[in-house]
Amino acid sequence: MLRSKAFSVLKPIPLMFGQSNLACKCMHPAIASHGHHCHRRSVDYRQRYKTCPFSAGGRTISTSQMQVMAEELPGVLVLDIGGTHGVLENLAALLKKHFHLITMKEFLENKKEMSKKIQSIFVFECRPTIDQQLLESLPNLKVIGNSGVGVDHLDLKMISNFGVKVTNTPHAVADPTADMGMALMLASARRLVEGCQIAVSPETKCFAVDWMGVEVTRATLGIIGMGSIGYKVAQRARAFNMKILYHNRNRRRKDEEEAVGAHYCEKMEDLLQQSDFVMLVVNLTPETHKLIGKKELGLMKPTATLINISRGAVIDQDALVEALQKKIIRAAALDVTYPEPLPRDHPLLKLNNIIITPHIGTATVHAIHMMAEEAIANMLAVLSGQPIPSEVFPK
Amino acid sequence: MAGQELPYVLIDCIGGQRGVFEDHVELLEKHFHLITMKEYLENKKFLSEKITAIYIWYHKPVINEELLQSLPNLKIIASSGVGIDHLDLHLLSRYGVKVANTPFAVSTATADFAIALMLASSRRLVEGYQMAVSPNTEYFPANWLGDEVSGATLGIVGMGAIGYKVAQRAKAFEMKILYHNRNRRNKEEESAVGAVYCKKIDDLLQQSDFVLLSVTLTPQTHKLIGKRELELMKPTATLINISRGVVVDQDALVEALQNKVIKAAALDVTYPEPLPRDHPLLKLKNVIITPHIGSATKKTRSVMVENMTESIQAGLAGLPIPNEVLL
Repeated sequence: MLRSKAFSVLKPIPLMFGQSNLACKCMHPAIASHGHHCHRRSVDYRQRYKTCPFSAGGRTISTSQMQVMAEELPGVLVLDIGGTHGVLENLAALLKKHFHLITMKEFLENKKEMSKKIQSIFVFECRPTIDQQLLESLPNLKVIGNSGVGVDHLDLKMISNFGVKVTNTPHAVADPTADMGMALMLASARRLVEGCQIAVSPETKCFAVDWMGVEVTRATLGIIGMGSIGYKVAQRARAFNMKILYHNRNRRRKDEEEAVGAHYCEKMEDLLQQSDFVMLVVNLTPETHKLIGKKELGLMKPTATLINISRGAVIDQDALVEALQKKIIRAAALDVTYPEPLPRDHPLLKLNNIIITPHIGTATVHAIHMMAEEAIANMLAVLSGQPIPSEVFPK
Repeated sequence: MAGQELPYVLIDCIGGQRGVFEDHVELLEKHFHLITMKEYLENKKFLSEKITAIYIWYHKPVINEELLQSLPNLKIIASSGVGIDHLDLHLLSRYGVKVANTPFAVSTATADFAIALMLASSRRLVEGYQMAVSPNTEYFPANWLGDEVSGATLGIVGMGAIGYKVAQRAKAFEMKILYHNRNRRNKEEESAVGAVYCKKIDDLLQQSDFVLLSVTLTPQTHKLIGKRELELMKPTATLINISRGVVVDQDALVEALQNKVIKAAALDVTYPEPLPRDHPLLKLKNVIITPHIGSATKKTRSVMVENMTESIQAGLAGLPIPNEVLL
């Protein structure tokens, strides 16, 4: 089921472990073209790798030679491999094709040697935490490649002050996250989770016929945040003959609107008042923090459902609890909360008109793989001075 | 209809878990004089001649020969939903009673629900929910993954009104769509949803990531999916059933799921409904079961009532009957 999406920088050439065509192009001397002043840096950027060290000319390469070659690749720091929060094994294998993989443990045990080798950090599920101390100890760090599109866990300004670039993976996340938005909307509307509980409960003797959900087809969907993910949600919702309203920082082009039958709501209030389903698909920024609070919930229809696939902090959670308890809105479906997981005694966990999922918007075998590939392509682009597909800039 | 008596229509009961809905009664009583089964049995002598139609709501009242014999003036039966496997059409024909169902009312909501099941199963939504709310959860593990729907291959077995609407929705997820049907659809219909016809069901089974059953239950589709068909499916595939429980050989399904012959199943229908509480299907981790709620929306139910009312009225007036079920 793997489909390859072409990223302009990284060609999907099957590479042997330790071998890399692109490693030869790393450490291009023209770092100055990146356009910012790394005032604290005094490192000679003209370190080079030997050109094409891997052209073995047909002879077999020994394990120790492979190890040496691996270690000559640019170093990438990860928290760990495997375990509860580490990078998945198969992603580690992908990284090793282009980088010398260094875990946090290896780094801490041998800081002196490792700190110079680390030119990149692969941030997976928000780890490792990037703080001032870490940045200060990595003099050759050029790029932080984030797996995922949200970068609200990164202090972009601080990282930029160190002359380090940040990249994310907007392409890889779009389809699976849009799918998840649809999954939550349908599951909530049709009371799927409750239904499963009834179907398997030891108490169930017969299925009640007066047990109903609400219709999705031809209902009105209000999309708040019409970026790549929001637009893909609209494409899917259109097939359900939904009426689509959207609110966005910027209005989309006419042909884009027409392609999905979406109507622009300059005022979010208009969208809230007319929608049967309100879906939050924004990034988390200071502007979208607590975007949906008591006032906004009060504007929604009492028959409406709120779906959140952005970040927990986009919603005022206390206001949401109250709105759900008082049936100000019908229901909510959240893939994201603040924090994750919620404390086990949190009121949201006790409500029966809510579905919560454990931030699985991109949790598919395919997406995780594609995110790693996209992050790798971005990091290699930075290291080789090529145009960077998805750089994120501080405001 | 001043001065003229409203037609007498037999129903099972009003309210409760399975009776005719209270808020539908108001609408129905504008057109009909409703007689509950209880009222009928208490006053058979008078009512048996009066009743000209039966309004079947979720398979009740049950129609048997005894009932047909005692209702000499019965002309038409309207049955809610699209399935008519609970009715003996030959028997009814012998008594000259016409039958109508509500195929189009249910098609949208059921198609929506098929997609809901497919997404919930592939993304492990129910499991995920349980993890999110469990008292034991301390963190969300990184290696917890589902499978993608976008771009996957959906094989639709039964491309009637419901199957076709599923295809329309699945197309928006950029799914590759295969279908198997008694009759091939025309070229325009196929290209509109990008569906590829599989004359042999085996071809569909071997290539699909998701196999959806949206057939009517007939003698031909009884146990359509058995051990052989399950083994033809990919070990990474999911079976979704929104037709009738007996379209699948349930014992074979249990075995296939236990032995990971297929990855998972999502069933809105089983045989019987509900399953006995000790049934192995209820214990399997890789199954989602829902309580036959494919058409369970307020809107759909209202449309069904309207359809059934129209069919009864047409049947009693001797006019062409909308949604008539022919032998």
